[in-house]
Amino acid sequence: MIPLSYFLVFAAALFSIGLYGVLARRNAIAILMGVELMLNAVNINLVAFWRYITPTQIAGQAFAVMVFAVAAAEVAVGLALVISIYRRRNTVVADDIDLLKF
Amino acid sequence: MTSELILFFILAIVAVASAVGMLLSRNAVYAALYLILNFATVAVFYLMLSAAFISLVQVTVYAGAIMVLFLFVIMLLGAEHTGRLSESGWMFWTPIVLGAVLAVEALYIILRQWKAIPATQAAGSDFGAPAAVGLELFQNYLLPFEVTSVLLLVAMIGAILLARSKKA
Repeated sequence: MIPLSYFLVFAAALFSIGLYGVLARRNAIAILMGVELMLNAVNINLVAFWRYITPTQIAGQAFAVMVFAVAAAEVAVGLALVISIYRRRNTVVADDIDLLKF
Repeated sequence: MTSELILFFILAIVAVASAVGMLLSRNAVYAALYLILNFATVAVFYLMLSAAFISLVQVTVYAGAIMVLFLFVIMLLGAEHTGRLSESGWMFWTPIVLGAVLAVEALYIILRQWKAIPATQAAGSDFGAPAAVGLELFQNYLLPFEVTSVLLLVAMIGAILLARSKKA
């Protein structure tokens, strides 16, 4: 039987890798991929806690489904923003999108 | 070491390696493919946790729909070159330091509570069947479920408005 803490360590590793990706990448699409990785790690934690702590209530899975929906909405709007920015400024590099910067 | 544990470690190595591969690949298409591999292995993790419904949603929604959208946009914009990561200066060190701080913090909390975290799964394997998840969503969590559907509708309209060209 796998202890719950193994899942937690694994999810923490994925979340940290995703955070590094969000902070280090310059391509806006790659930044969005990092965000997806972080949301995924959160979902692993939700399902693992459901399985080990409260397996008789399905709440953990219900919230995992909602996280899926939010992730899908986030990607749809995020990629639409990327397309819109690319049309106006002809770039997807986050460093070049600096109109709001002094 | 049981076979379950061996499977866990193999899958964990594949998942972490594909996540690192996503970070290091210069080509955005390869990064997206690594991410699909990562999502597929995580789907097997959900099966090991006997969450069959979540596992299938992971494959169809994440590895299917979301990643197809990513690949579509990457190829549509011709944005394959992700650019190299900064090799020196604060742009190089800040992400490493912040990521390491988060990882150490999480590991510290988990290791400190190691004894208190349960080691065994409590229930039989028929829990978390799709029918049970559906009943839970439509009975106890009806309002959050409807709010989520409104969120999806708003995101859809927003995406259409943002990506619409001016001429049409």
